[in-house]
Amino acid sequence: MKHTPLTTIHEELGAKMASFAGYNMPISYQGIKDEHAAVRNKVGVFDVSHMGEFIVRGKEAQDLLQLVTSNDVSKLKIGDAQYSCLPNKNGGIVDDLLVYRLTEDNCSEGEQAYMLVVNASNIEKDWNWIAEQNTFDAKMINISDRTGLLAVQGPQAIELLQPLTAVDLSSLSYYTFTKGTLAGLDNVLISATGYTGAGGFELYVNSDQLLALWKALFENPAVEVMPIGLGARDTLRLEMGYCLYGNDIDDTTSPIEAGLGWITKTKKDHFNSIDIFRAQRADGVDRKLVGFTLSDRRVPRHGYQIEDMAGNSIGEVTSGTQSPSLNIPIGMGYVKKGFDQAGTEVMIVVGKKRLPAVVTKLPFYKTK
Amino acid sequence: MNAPKELKYTKDHEWVRVEGDIATVGITDFAQKELDELVYVEVETVGETLAQEETFGTVEAVKTTSELFMPVSGEVLEFNEELNENKGDNPTLVNEDPYGKGWIVKIKLSDPSELDNLMDAAGYVELVS
Repeated sequence: MKHTPLTTIHEELGAKMASFAGYNMPISYQGIKDEHAAVRNKVGVFDVSHMGEFIVRGKEAQDLLQLVTSNDVSKLKIGDAQYSCLPNKNGGIVDDLLVYRLTEDNCSEGEQAYMLVVNASNIEKDWNWIAEQNTFDAKMINISDRTGLLAVQGPQAIELLQPLTAVDLSSLSYYTFTKGTLAGLDNVLISATGYTGAGGFELYVNSDQLLALWKALFENPAVEVMPIGLGARDTLRLEMGYCLYGNDIDDTTSPIEAGLGWITKTKKDHFNSIDIFRAQRADGVDRKLVGFTLSDRRVPRHGYQIEDMAGNSIGEVTSGTQSPSLNIPIGMGYVKKGFDQAGTEVMIVVGKKRLPAVVTKLPFYKTK
Repeated sequence: MNAPKELKYTKDHEWVRVEGDIATVGITDFAQKELDELVYVEVETVGETLAQEETFGTVEAVKTTSELFMPVSGEVLEFNEELNENKGDNPTLVNEDPYGKGWIVKIKLSDPSELDNLMDAAGYVELVS
């Protein structure tokens, strides 16, 4: 099993640890509900160093990324980040990812540089997928093992971080980033992104800087900050209706079905599966990923069947939890065309029971 | 991890306290920690006679659902009213006091010899450590 540079710290804090994507990761420290509330109301810090990072650099780096990603890389200015996915050639998704357009300080004339941030479980798969299509003048470098990542999420993230850096954090708009000194550490990539809907930043550093960064974040007595595990990361993202690869999207789901049409730029000249997605746009899809709420106390889980009111199978739950903010069971799942409108009544099959659920607009949780 | 010596344990992380022919049943300290905070305990089998290892209820935590299994055969006599959604509705008692206020059901034993199949505290601690 792989470790992040902070494994010892997590264990000292009494975290419940578990293997996730081959990494020994903290699932929770004080309890998922408390950690969830800390991120929604104050600020929390996540060690997400298991995520993968690739650098793609060269005169044709953009051409490679335009081919393998669904979003439009040409829209990125230096300092922009973009949510995107890697379609396969059958209309499914190899992975979802972030694409950062980096400064060109280390580039020769005419070159561009990007960083891709991919799911830990897919690092090798993504690398191979992109590399085998790299017939371009683009060099790929896998920096996953030497890159640490902390997500600092919550409404008080700026109050926590601003005293540690001269970078004006309030001027960083959502999905932009800069590099600067933070907590005395050089070259921290400060990104105004996250997977919680609570606002905040993601901080990319060299692995050997990670421990110092973590400690600095917990040394500010003016801001109450909590370490957050992957358990609350999941409940936070699900309240926002964000997809989790392996649950809600995978090699067999199309981004159009998954509600990711907004990152599927079928007006681009070409990318993998573009013809399939154009046809899905024109003709509609047979199933759609929707959110739903239950009025029961039972909680929907990945794999539970969804039925219409007459008892016909119409789909399957992909993610579910008890929403810590709303205190009701929530879930996402694919349902047949015709059952995807908000307000549609469906049934979730839980063991021998059929529990009423209502299709709901996403996000479940509306940020104040 | 806390595992009182006077109790018997199952591999499914239930504990049993026997008084006469009545067994009080709950889930262990280890189990409640693994589940994290409970949001609901469902027991709809009061009055039913069930065999050892049959399901008598379900616990819902934020992240996971877990079934509850009969540690021994018998009739489910009572569900802890403090946990019951129609009464106390306080499932987190299971987290706060798993061997005390967080007990889940009482069972009338139909075959006390089945208790011999269960683990003692030392055996259970070894299982989960």
